[in-house]
Amino acid sequence: MVNSEKITKIVLISVSLLIIVIAGGMVFSLFGGAIPSFKEFGLKFIVSNNWNPTEGKENYGALPFITGTLLTSVLALIIALPLSFSTSLFLGEYYRNKRISKIIGTMVDLLAGIPSIVYGLWGFYVLRPFLVSLGAPNQGFGVFTASIILAIMIIPYATSLSNEIIAMVPSDLKEAAYSLGATRLEVVLNVTVPAARSGVVAGYILAFGRALGETMAVTMLIGNSNLVPKGLFATGNSMASLIANQFGEADGLKLSSLIAIGLILFILTGIINAIGKFIIKKME
Amino acid sequence: MVKEKDSVIKDHSGSRLLKDKIFLIGIIIFSVITISPILLIIGKLIVKGYRQISLDFLIETTPNTFEAMTSIANGERIPGGIANGITGTLLMVLLAAVIAIPIGLITGIYLYENQEKRLAGVIRNISDILQGVPSIVLGLIAYLWVVKHVTQGFSALAGSTALAIMMLPMIVRSTEETFKMIPNAIKEAALALGVPYYRVILQILIPTGFSGLLTGILLSISRVIGETAPLMLTALGSSVINWDVTKPTSSIPLLIWEFYNDPNMVDLIWSSSLLLMGIVLAFNLISKQIAARRR
Repeated sequence: MVNSEKITKIVLISVSLLIIVIAGGMVFSLFGGAIPSFKEFGLKFIVSNNWNPTEGKENYGALPFITGTLLTSVLALIIALPLSFSTSLFLGEYYRNKRISKIIGTMVDLLAGIPSIVYGLWGFYVLRPFLVSLGAPNQGFGVFTASIILAIMIIPYATSLSNEIIAMVPSDLKEAAYSLGATRLEVVLNVTVPAARSGVVAGYILAFGRALGETMAVTMLIGNSNLVPKGLFATGNSMASLIANQFGEADGLKLSSLIAIGLILFILTGIINAIGKFIIKKME
Repeated sequence: MVKEKDSVIKDHSGSRLLKDKIFLIGIIIFSVITISPILLIIGKLIVKGYRQISLDFLIETTPNTFEAMTSIANGERIPGGIANGITGTLLMVLLAAVIAIPIGLITGIYLYENQEKRLAGVIRNISDILQGVPSIVLGLIAYLWVVKHVTQGFSALAGSTALAIMMLPMIVRSTEETFKMIPNAIKEAALALGVPYYRVILQILIPTGFSGLLTGILLSISRVIGETAPLMLTALGSSVINWDVTKPTSSIPLLIWEFYNDPNMVDLIWSSSLLLMGIVLAFNLISKQIAARRR
């Protein structure tokens, strides 16, 4: 009897430790794979904007892709902000527990279910021609187009947390404000939103982390030019998209440089997610 | 003096109510904009994709680009289908689930049992961080681990490894959350009768929380079915039906990517995407339904 208890415990703990082994192994393998590239280029890898796989003149710098990733993700967050903020208020405040909220909430959740490649196709065949008809340059490819699609993709992540938090704001707080004659708008801006602030912010940070790592939809729309984007409508490339594009023919130094970019992306998303989780934990 | 006082207590309620209305209208407009992409995307897939879907499309393998070109030139429907992708997706997702479900369940149970322990806190945090790792990075990892060292080449096993690491944190979290919601009294009653702990897990906790566990598993599956990027680095793709986990294998998203890049096959993207979208939505809605019935 006692023996079976012990075995159960050992199985539980040893299997649970696997997740630490996996995470540790990931860091180890990414570092190991990136070493040749870091040895060759040192810190220049991060600040150089020259990505050139031509034999003899091989040089790999990650700057265009780091800027491309940050630019598209920040822009996506800016575009997503008013939309997801409004949707959160719609679901968590104005139409809480109403039938319409259930329908709209389900549809927002479904946005998270659409595969990245389908977003990419839609962006390529519907959104891009539409932007061209409005006068977008480069046949509609570029940072801006990629950011719009990214914004749509991260909206469900930005809303899901803030809906809950906004719906959880205690009603006596709101009722106190109403009893002083406040309008609904004044209650929302002065009571609900401040009370839910940190949860809403945490949701946006986690959504930003999602945007950093998106691959397929960005690959299909950003234009894949290995240069630092010169403006919002210029073409560029992101870290994730570069790995997907160039991995096929990569070996040696190029492969190592792609792994180094994967490592940078891994660290960047890790930091962003840690900040988001930290805020959530502090709230509890 | 009197005039000034008048202005202080002047009635602003008209403009305040107007602002209130305008804000609400703004909220509604922005919310409609937020949900419009899902309608537009699904509408586009249905309109452009339904004509290509047929029995052949489901049971035949992909045509080569020459066959597709000839049939387009003759004004015929593109022959063949995406059976190699359907079977590949089935193989890789099943294998990923077989890897991720036991590990995820056991880790979730451990976290639930040891809420306050430091080690549990560490494991929980690492699991959360894993959940945020971009899928393309998981593809790199599976390439470094499996493609290079285990199967010595692109393989379904490598693809499943990437998908399994992706599913794992979602299952861990949903398992812990589900068990937290089970009343302690049920568990304590069994323990008081001297039932060994492994039987409490197998015969009390898992059956009681079954629908919650199932919801989490189905949702995690629906998240990985559409993954393309990690499979490009690991499973690569194949034009024939393959059940050997050590060989390159295709999947529905990988085929969509191939069609997208091949001007002769590009007509097939819509039907393939429609099918993929249908499968993902079905998983999504079923898991929602199970979750709703539980409440």
